[in-house]
This record gives sequence, structure tokens and C-alpha cells, in this order.
Amino acid sequence: MSFEILLSNAAALVVVVPLLGGAIAMLLGSSRLAWSWSLICALATFSLSLVLLSGVLSGENISYEMGAWVSPLGILFEIDALNVLLITLVSAMGLLALLYGLPTIDQEIDRHKHAMFFGTFLICVAGLIGVSITGDAFNVFVFLEVSSISTYVLVAMGSKQNRQALTASFNYLILGTIGATFFVIGVGLLYMATGTLNMVDISRVLAETGSDRVVRAAFAFIVIGLGLKIAMFPLHTWLPNAYSFSPSMIGVFLASTATKVALYMLIRFLYTVFSAGQSFETAMFDYVLAPMAVTAMIVCSVQASFQSDVRRLLAYSSVAQIGYMLLGLSMGTVAGLAAGLIHLFNHALMKGALFMAVGIAGLGLGVVRISEMRGLGKTMPLTAAGLTIAGLSLMGVPLTAGFISKYYLVIAALENGWWWAVVAIVVSSVLAIFYVGRMIEVMYLQEPPKTADDAVVTVRSPILPLVALYVLVIANVWFFFDPSLPMGLANTAANELIGGAGS
Amino acid sequence: MMTGLYVVISTGNLVKKLVGIGLFQTSVFQLYISLSKVRGAQPPIIEKPAKYGDAVKSAGEKSAETVTDLLAKIPEVTALDPASVYDPLMGVAYSNPLPHVLILTAIVVGVATLAVGLALVVRIREAYGTIEEDAIDDAEYKAEVNAS
Amino acid sequence: MEMSFPIDIFVIIDLILISMLLVVGISIVRLNNLFVIVMLYGVYSLLAATWFVSLDAVDVAFTEAAVGAGISTVLMLGAMLLTSREAKPTTPIRRWGSLLIVGVTGIALIYATFDMPAFGDPNSPANSYVGLMYLKATITDISIPNVVTAILASYRGFDTFGEVVVVLTAGLGVMLILGIDSRRSRSGEVEDTGESAEDANEPPAVKETTKQIDALNHHIVLQVVAKMLIPIIILYALYVHFHGDYGPGGGFQAGVIFASAIILYSLIFGMDQTRRAIPPKLVQFGSALGVLIYGGTGVITILMGGKFLDYNMLDQSDTIHAQHMGILMIEVGVLVTVASVMLSIYYGFAGRYRQLKDQNW
Repeated sequence: MSFEILLSNAAALVVVVPLLGGAIAMLLGSSRLAWSWSLICALATFSLSLVLLSGVLSGENISYEMGAWVSPLGILFEIDALNVLLITLVSAMGLLALLYGLPTIDQEIDRHKHAMFFGTFLICVAGLIGVSITGDAFNVFVFLEVSSISTYVLVAMGSKQNRQALTASFNYLILGTIGATFFVIGVGLLYMATGTLNMVDISRVLAETGSDRVVRAAFAFIVIGLGLKIAMFPLHTWLPNAYSFSPSMIGVFLASTATKVALYMLIRFLYTVFSAGQSFETAMFDYVLAPMAVTAMIVCSVQASFQSDVRRLLAYSSVAQIGYMLLGLSMGTVAGLAAGLIHLFNHALMKGALFMAVGIAGLGLGVVRISEMRGLGKTMPLTAAGLTIAGLSLMGVPLTAGFISKYYLVIAALENGWWWAVVAIVVSSVLAIFYVGRMIEVMYLQEPPKTADDAVVTVRSPILPLVALYVLVIANVWFFFDPSLPMGLANTAANELIGGAGS
Repeated sequence: MMTGLYVVISTGNLVKKLVGIGLFQTSVFQLYISLSKVRGAQPPIIEKPAKYGDAVKSAGEKSAETVTDLLAKIPEVTALDPASVYDPLMGVAYSNPLPHVLILTAIVVGVATLAVGLALVVRIREAYGTIEEDAIDDAEYKAEVNAS
Repeated sequence: MEMSFPIDIFVIIDLILISMLLVVGISIVRLNNLFVIVMLYGVYSLLAATWFVSLDAVDVAFTEAAVGAGISTVLMLGAMLLTSREAKPTTPIRRWGSLLIVGVTGIALIYATFDMPAFGDPNSPANSYVGLMYLKATITDISIPNVVTAILASYRGFDTFGEVVVVLTAGLGVMLILGIDSRRSRSGEVEDTGESAEDANEPPAVKETTKQIDALNHHIVLQVVAKMLIPIIILYALYVHFHGDYGPGGGFQAGVIFASAIILYSLIFGMDQTRRAIPPKLVQFGSALGVLIYGGTGVITILMGGKFLDYNMLDQSDTIHAQHMGILMIEVGVLVTVASVMLSIYYGFAGRYRQLKDQNW
């Protein structure tokens, strides 16, 4: 009986458990206790998201009425193939980041702040899941702010290591708030035009009344607002610092989830709310999104190549990779959108792994710059191997998940006749080979720094971070051989989104 | 609204930036609230069911319109003329309450952001001794040069 | 028509308020003295609140006055005291660059206005669809006069839950960034700004006088007045809280007022005594407790077989009573979290004042 209650309310609980868990975690005085509690909450959240996933995989979309109020009056949760992918991803990454985080947090944050830190982290996870799950445009804003404000705080916690975390967090706060405010203006204009806030309902009314100037302005405000949160080129300036100066556990989590969730929102608005195929939207795709995506792919890859700080390199590469995803969704075809979604999923796996590996290296040897990674293949063989595999995945080498998404992206681009996009993908991949290759070269071909007695020291890494790292590394390989889960979901989602709009 | 946005982007002073954000947001609130106004209407505080229990009695076993009934009428509601629309409300017009609720939430979110932002400014001041963006950039640049 | 006369007056009032808002906004752009800027920001908020009253949004006006003109201004003043008083003038490149971005945004908005429904139009989509449904449904479903409270606490209760969590996050943020539990006692440097202390119960003046904490200790008149005022303020907070169903107000506004009473206490009797009366640990506990009460209400409704925050489950024989119970419970949650977080933010900033030396005055 009680188990049934649990299952039938999984949609609400997947948000509520980490929220309440976070509120309790902040009260637990001891660092270990708070961490264990957070881990339990994250595990529970992940299990709940699996319940939702299995529900959607069995072919039924789930909807959940908050407070049992019917749709346009109350807030409706709607779960389909598209957002269940995100929910699972966020809860899984939350769990892995926690598993990974304990030793690094010990080093990076004062002990008496740990309980509150883990509480904030859980709230951040809950916020991101809330954004993904809700079907109400204004509720999106509320949870976007739950996740953003907690993110600003979490990023600022890197200030014990480097004071630049403070300015990074502040800039993120300013730009993030401007983005959120733009989003609110957009939602307000939409409400002005339609009188409702439920996204499906908005699109229903829009389909009846057609678009006018208010709707078009709303569209522009929402795209820019979310663009800031996605770090869409050229609105990405906050991202590199925020990722590279935050505590390493937060870097791992943000790199693999935060921008992805905002990107999901953009997809939702582009395809569900504003039904695709309207003239102004197609123009937006062809002349704004796609060119920006391509520019991001190339420019930011180049910038990544010039970084000496490893985490900044990875951060710039993230902006470039977001370009891949935007390129996929701006094609406006089922194949393109699906490819973008698969890349979204795979990129979370590889970037998560890369940030983890770099974090472990930092823990053992204080590595910050690429030059300091000399001989990592000898001193920390396991970490270096993980870093290499994830790096190969980032390049898109066969036998890794990265290959799958690039492959489908290229196919989709060719189908569309966008040869210039294919060229951009190739150029950007070559650049990726360059910057990833540089790390691999330093790790394996250069000699490790010698100690006085001329012996190579191997550094033992703590076990939990390695476990988390290898879960992701194995996932990177696994989803090459068996990509059916993300591909199945991505294809269903793309078909629903574009098919639904076309009919 | 635009002045607020202008302040945010143009100024290099961190506190002034936050003031700009506040201005910008307050103006967005005004946009929402102004669209909720109905000419000649009252604030959305209904006079009729003055006491708890009144409505239960007058509505009987909820024989009056329930939400589901209302929903069944969605397509009509938009088309109805104002007179009949305001009928269940005893002929009194009220301003639209929904934007008010949204803005209440947004105000709170705004002050939460502001508090975190100001806390950061205070820490930045302690770390750098200034709250001007240019000066902070200079300090970072010097630190970078010294390090390498 | 006798109706036409008052409407005209309102139009004139609206126009006056809008032009004042504009003037204040532009002044903020042009000025560089942070103190003036922050005070003008408070003025801007108050003007906006006044306009909200004229637009029938009484709840929003109440909150804007308490938060925008009150708490925000106080926080900004506090931060300003800890940082600096002057902003550097803007460089020309920046000025023109920002003007360009702002111009584009402005054009987008003006572009949208061409198809906007007329001001005050009862038939606009916004005013005739869901908003109207709330007005009608509230009478039968929830039966409280203040529709805003009904939507806030019940129909869109999950939004409000998110909002309370945002407040908690901000509290956590300030505690993490600034620290809440600074035990070192504050140094006694005092600078008498001649601020009239009767205003101290008004939030804007609160932070202003914070520096004089120890000075105020000696004013017997103040102590007596404060002792009389504080219970009244708390009583008023409770009134605002429980009257939220009938008139403007509710847990959030009450929480802010409650916190300001405590802040007044700390101004008069000193920070250390306040910390003894309400220890930071308690504040920390309170901010989480409110969220737990709110979320717990939702969990109870789930356990009783309903959806999250489905208050009808609380008393199935009389759903209207159940709604009232639910709204009351979550409003208590809001009150507790908001009051505690406001205090924790105050503690966070006030704890920093001991570092305030005459560095850049």
C-alpha cells in the first residue's frame, strides 16, 4: 500500500525528496553525517527517477497534478521521453558528484560549513529536476532560480582556494539574473497573449489565435534569457570562470547538468510552446541559432586550445560542445533534434568524467595547469587512464559514446544539406584532437617530476572518487556498444516534439 | 525598465550593478501588474463569502460551478462578454489576481538574489579592497603576472 | 456619467507616478554617490508600490513596500557601509555599448506593444481566461475572500513552495558566504550620525543605525519605547499573518515584519544580547523548519492518499475547511522560514561590522 503511494507520487517526490533532504542536511552538524544523509537522499532521488524512467519506457507519459488542481488552474508536471532523460541524468550526476565529492570537499571547504554546503547542493539538484519536470512556464522560473541561486552560492564556495571564485560567482549572478528576468518578461508577454501559463495550454491557444507581435517579442526574450543560462555563444562569458573556480565537485556537477537543463527548456519552448515551423522561428533557426552554434564550435575550441589551466580548457570546450547541441536542434528535423539530444546525454557523461579525473589529479598532486600533469600516466595511472578514455570520447573516437553522437549529428546535417555544418564539425573535432591530445601527451610522454632520490612516486587516490570516475568512464564505453537507451528516448522525444507540432 | 538594464551593463561598480538589477526587476513587475488591471475594478478580494462556512451553505453540495465545470467551458469563457463573465462574482469586477501572485513570488526571488549578491560584494571587497570591476581585473592581472 | 470623473483622476495619478518613476530611474543612472543611489532605489520601490495600489494589486504593493523599499534598501545600505560610498563614473565605451544593447531590448518591447491589449481591458486574454477562473473557483473551492492568497497558497502552492526554498537558499548562501556564527564580540567604535531613532522600527533606517549599537544602549527613552513597540510590532506581524485570508498580507509579509521587530531589538539592546536571546543556531534551525513544515504538509497529504499539497485530503468531509487548514499550515511554514532567513541575513551582515575600520571613509 505505502509502496504504491510512493510509486504513484514519484513525480512529486523526485523534487520534494532532495528539497526536504537539503533542509534537513543543513541542520546536521557533522560533516560525515550530512554527507551520508545527502547520499541517501540522492540515492532515493535517483531511484525515483528510475521509476519515472521505467514508466515512460513502458510507453506512457506521466502527468501529475500538484495539489490535485486541474491543469490551467494548478501546476502540472508532465513527464515524457524528453525530460525523463534529463531527470535521470541530473539525479544520476547528483549521486555521482556526491560520491566523488567527499575527499575534495574536505580539502576545499572549511569543515563547519560542510553540512550547509551539502544542503545547498541537494537543493540545487532539486531545482534542476524541478525545472525539467514541470509543465508550467512560471514554475520553470521559480525552480530555475532555486537552482541558480544555489549554484551562485556553491560556486562562491571555491573562494577558499582562489578568491576569483567570488568574482566568478558574482558575474554569474548578474548575468544569470538578467537571463532569468528576460525569461520572466517573455513568460509575461506570453501570458498577455494567451492568458495561461501551462505550456501545453499556451501552445493550444497560440495554435488557435496565431502569432502576433507580442508572441514574437516573447519568443525573442525567452530565447535570449535561456541563451544566457545555456551559455549560448556569445552569451557564455560567465561560464569558464564559474566552472574553473568552483569547488571541483560542483564543477563536475554543473558541467554535466546545469546548461543541459537550460538547453532542455529551450527545446521545450521552441518545439512545444511555439510550434516549430512558424516562419519567424525557422528564420531564427537558420540565421541566428545555427550560425552561432557553428561559431561557438570553432571559436571556443580554439580558445580551449590556448588555455593552460586544465579546468578552463574543459570549460571552453563545454561552450563549444553546447554549440554541437544547438546545431542539432536548430536543424529543425527529427534526426537533428535527436542527434542533439544524444549529444547532450553523452557530453554530460564525458565532461563529468573529465572534470572528475582532473579533480582527482588535483587532489593527489595539486594539478591546476596542463604542464603540472607531467607523467600522470606513471604517478596516477588509473586517473590518467580514465582521463584518456573520457578525452577520446570528447574527440569522438570510435568505441566511445562521443563517436555515436557526432556520427548522428553529421548524418543529420548531411540530410539537411548543411555541408558547412559538417565542415564545422570536422574542424572543431580536429581542434578537440589537438587540445585533448596535448593533455594525453603531457601525461604519458613526459617524465614525472623527480623527487630527491630520483624515484617515481605513485600517488594513491582515495577510492570513492575513483569509483565515481569509473562509473562514468565505463558509461562512456557502454553507450557506444549499446546506445539504445539514450537513442530510444531521444528518437521518441524528437518524434513527439516535431510530429506533434506538424500535425 | 530599460534604465535598470542600462545601469546593470554600463556600471563597473558592483553595488550599483545590483541596484540596476533591482530597478530592472521592479520594472518587470510593473509590466505584469499593469496587465492585470481591469478598468473600474476592485482589488481581487471578494466581498461576498465573508465568513467561513457561508460558501458551503450557499453553494449547497457545491452545486455551483466547480472547477471542472469551468474547464468544460474553456472555449466559451474567452468568448463570453464581460457582463456574463462577471456574473458569478455578483456583478462586481475584480482585477486579475494571477499576475499578483506571480509577482509576489518574483519579488521574493529578487530579494533572495540581492542578498546573495550583496554578500558576495562584501566578500569581494574584503578580498580585493575594491568593488570596481576594472580595479578587480587589474588586481587579477597583476596576480597572474606575479605568479608566472 | 458620474463614473467618468474618478477614472480620470486615476489616469492622472497613474501618469504622475509613472513620470516620477522615470525621473528617479534616470537619476540613478546619472549619479555616482552610492548612498544617494540606494536611497533613490528605495524611493523607486515606494513609488512602484504606490502605483501597484492604484492598479488594485494591494498584496503586491504591501510586499514591494516591505521588501523593495524595506529589506532591499537596508541590505544595500548595509553592504555599502561595508564597501564604499562612491562609484566610479562609467567609461564612454561601456556607456555606448550598453546603450546599444538596451536600445535593442527596448525596441523589442516597443515592437510588442503594438499588439498588446489596451490598458485595463477586461476582455484581454490575460484577464479573461485563467485569471477569471481563479476568481470564480475560489468562491466554491476555497471560500476565502483574498483570491491572491488562495492562488498563492493552494492553486499554485507548489510555486510558493519553490519560493520558500529560494528564501532558504538565500539564507544558506549568506550564512555560507559571510558566516553567521561569528562569536568575537563587536568593537565599540561608534559614529554618531544623528539618525533619529524613532524611525528605527522602519526597515530603511535599521541598518543605518546599526553602527551605533553600543551608543543606543545608553538611551533609556529609546529602550522604553522599544520595549513597548516590539510586542506591538510582533502582534501586528501576527495580525498580518492570520488576516492574510481576508485582506492583503500573509506569511511572507508577516515574516518580514517579525524579523524587523527582532532587528529593532538588536539595535537598541546590542547584538550580543540578541544573539543570546535568539542564538544563530536557532535561526538556522528555523529557516529549515519552515521549509519542512511546508513540505511536510505536502507529504502528509500524500500519505493520506492524495497528491502533493492536496489539502482536500486533510478533512475529506469538509474540503473547504481542509483547504483552510492547509493554507494555514503552509503559511506558518512561510512565516517561520522568512523570519528566520531575514534574521540570518541580518546576523550575517551585522557580524561583519566589527571589521569596519575607517579604511575608506
